[in-house]
Amino acid sequence: MTSAISLPIRLEQLVGSDRVVASESAVKAFAIAGRAPMAVLKPRSAEEIAEIVSFAAVEKLALLACGSRSKLELGMPPRHYDLAVDMTALRGIAHYDPGDLTVSVDAGMPLNELAKKLAAQKQFLPLAVPCSATSTAGGAIASGIDSTLRQQYGTARDFLIGAEFVDGTGKQCKSGGRVVKNVTGYDLHKLLVGSLGTLGVISRLNFRTFPLPELCGAHLAVLPTLETALNFHASLLNSGLPFSNLELFDSGFSALLSSHLKTIGEDIPESVRATGWHVFASFEGSEAVLQRITRELQKLADRAQAERSETLDLQHSHFVNEGLREAFDWLRRAAPGLSILRIALPGVKSVDLKQILDLSEPSPLRASFLLRACNVAYLAVLAANDNAQSIAILERGISALFSRVETRNGSAALLDAPPWLKERINVWGRQRPDFPLMQRVKQAFDPQNIFSPGRFVGGI
Amino acid sequence: MDIALIRELKTLLGPENVLSQKEDLLLYEFDGSVEKGRPEVVVFPHGTEDVSRIVKLAAKHQVPVVGRGAGTGLSGGALARGGGVMIVFARMNRILELDLLNRRAVVQPGVVNLDITRAVEHAGLYFAPDPSSQKSCTIGGNVAENSGGPHTLAYGLTTNHVAALELVLPDGEIVRVGSHHGDAPGYDLCGLFVGSEGTLALVTEITVKLSLKAGSVMTLLAIFDVVGDASRTVVEMTAYGITPVACEMLDGWTLRAVEDFIHAGFPRDSAAVLLIEVEGLREASESQAAAIREICHANDAREVRTARDERERELLWKGRRNAFGALGRLAPSNYVLDGVIPRSKLPEALEQIHAIGKKFGFQIGNIFHAGDGNLHPIVLYDPRDTEQFKRAIAAAREIIRMCISLGGSLTGEHGVGMEKNELMLLVFSDADFDLMRRIHDAFNPDSSLNPGKIFPLSKGCGEIHVRKSGPAAASPS
Repeated sequence: MTSAISLPIRLEQLVGSDRVVASESAVKAFAIAGRAPMAVLKPRSAEEIAEIVSFAAVEKLALLACGSRSKLELGMPPRHYDLAVDMTALRGIAHYDPGDLTVSVDAGMPLNELAKKLAAQKQFLPLAVPCSATSTAGGAIASGIDSTLRQQYGTARDFLIGAEFVDGTGKQCKSGGRVVKNVTGYDLHKLLVGSLGTLGVISRLNFRTFPLPELCGAHLAVLPTLETALNFHASLLNSGLPFSNLELFDSGFSALLSSHLKTIGEDIPESVRATGWHVFASFEGSEAVLQRITRELQKLADRAQAERSETLDLQHSHFVNEGLREAFDWLRRAAPGLSILRIALPGVKSVDLKQILDLSEPSPLRASFLLRACNVAYLAVLAANDNAQSIAILERGISALFSRVETRNGSAALLDAPPWLKERINVWGRQRPDFPLMQRVKQAFDPQNIFSPGRFVGGI
Repeated sequence: MDIALIRELKTLLGPENVLSQKEDLLLYEFDGSVEKGRPEVVVFPHGTEDVSRIVKLAAKHQVPVVGRGAGTGLSGGALARGGGVMIVFARMNRILELDLLNRRAVVQPGVVNLDITRAVEHAGLYFAPDPSSQKSCTIGGNVAENSGGPHTLAYGLTTNHVAALELVLPDGEIVRVGSHHGDAPGYDLCGLFVGSEGTLALVTEITVKLSLKAGSVMTLLAIFDVVGDASRTVVEMTAYGITPVACEMLDGWTLRAVEDFIHAGFPRDSAAVLLIEVEGLREASESQAAAIREICHANDAREVRTARDERERELLWKGRRNAFGALGRLAPSNYVLDGVIPRSKLPEALEQIHAIGKKFGFQIGNIFHAGDGNLHPIVLYDPRDTEQFKRAIAAAREIIRMCISLGGSLTGEHGVGMEKNELMLLVFSDADFDLMRRIHDAFNPDSSLNPGKIFPLSKGCGEIHVRKSGPAAASPS
């Protein structure tokens, strides 16, 4: 490996001095779990990324690409971390064909900026991810973080139609294209979704865009028990009504949501603050469609004997929707030492959920629960206090939960956890049977193992 | 062929599950494409373990293996380009599990696409990918080719509806990727294997996602006197953000052939029709249908009809689905192309197809998925006329080149197979091929699975060779 002293100079020779920072204060801003890279590079083109990666491959330097750095702590801390590649200088729209409902953007394009450009053409990208004030397109794809529009529009893999990236040999590659239907060659861009930068440095992303909905609405019901809330939730799923988002949460979560909404300074709908199990549904369409959905929702809520059933006005709909969209971000800041588990289950039954979420043994842990669309749940868990005994209890509680989820053919991962917990528990849970195949994919993309080593599943 | 291998296969599977006589093998020399490639032995496994043992035997004898469903593919994906063993999944056709509550079905690869919907429609569910051949094509083939259909416009290709796969790797190892819930941490291996055209592994079990049927469906038939008016209607619908679930176009020449055969109600004197479907809540589908009618009339549609009931709707779709069969009455053979263009380029593309037809001396028909720019030009030819066949191939290549030059792609749903592997050079760079080859070799290092597909034979993929000793040369019929 190159010595730290000569490295910044060599990097400057490679991409120009204005593209390299190596001062202690500057690299600190790119630290993960307290570890900062030796230098930060800010490429202006895919060609420069290729040069940087080629250099790193020869020098065997570990490299991590990032956008706004809002989700750098996802996954395990990298085993090695020599260079950060700051993608924020690559922030243009390469192609936008409103008539084709397709857009091609540089990886560092901030999603809120893209949203404005698309809105001018009455279109949008259904990537409603947290950290929306800063998130970049590349970061949203590489992190695979959940979108609150998944119920209606699917995950990023469903509307990402192509990508350009630099592989581990420093070559510029592409997959897919700029048309909405395409089966030419292997779908390598799908592998990039949620890969945490371990396969390549994404330089450009091609998306299918969608017409901006005419109007949006939302409804919030409060039910007395998990069972009644789940029954109501199921009745919505089977109603055939088109919901853009469906979420179910407990009183613990609603209290945290209320606190978060208070910090933004808006008045909070009464039903958010109420005690009980909440079911939030949002929907979109014309005035007539919204009226119909609202009517049906009220009927279903009455039938489910909901304690509260409130159709939110436009402002509150937006407000609560945004609060839920940002849940990952404010949950992780809600208390020091808080951990967020992401659990995916084949189905949700109240008996199973009660058993899976039972954190009462050997000693109670504080937890709040959010069931998102498509049977994905978030569980925020906090140790009783920060003494060694409490931490040990937390570790055992989370490990037991991992096992219970696996027994029910689900999967669990820690979406966020304090560094000391990551030292004790692998955030990705136990290795899955298809892990050896993932290793083969990693080896093919990144033969020198220079991209974010150790950050991903199974130590990839 | 290695006689010992045939003997061992018969011992393994029973003689009733092994074909090795030339006359039996002839049937498996073709699929729906213009290519051919004859296997040396055809086997019918009954389960995953059979497949694993077959693959191990073939590996021992260093013979390539190709999987095949119903053989309806249109790119030569299920042809034995390198000879060897063909595994036909027809007898692995059981639906193993229906989890209606969570909208999943676990099926064997030989299950016919439409049979999945038939098994779950009582619960208001269906399997969304709907290739025109859905009454005969199998889910294994759909997975291999990442098949689409008219409703791909709204619901996506097969890849959007697969949660998990069981695979047999070239060394016989059985592995599972994905998960029942479809949301496990790690790389999206299902996304990689779906559409890999049998070049990475053989799929022996599929967990598919089921969809809930929409409350209200409206099917419209817009009739035009000028082809350009129909294609401009499609461009405007997209630009105005109107999102039908299907938008199919038939030009006058093809719709007359269809009408003579099916009597679907397409007016014989029109230049083009659009078959447009909207669905969802009644309030939404009615307003979408109204907006569509308005755009059709603004583009000089002669008439816009709405199917009055399920029977009329079915008849219109029957006309669309059986169109390729109807064209079979006009010439001994037809070559159905598959190319994609950006939707806004539709009028230009249709004009160019017409000009290319003229240049090569063919009347080229168009019946295609207009809503997502997925063209299916059809060239009618007589395969006995070698010169004519060569001209048909040349015309086809020029059309595909035109699609690429308009910013489109080589294939929207039929796959690359051995039809377009050389044309891949139009789209991908050396670096792209290098990476795809490394992925290929990570799973299929000896190219024993489906050799000679996807990759150009000439380009950087020395390992992907075609055995010259096979009984049938890898050439168009």
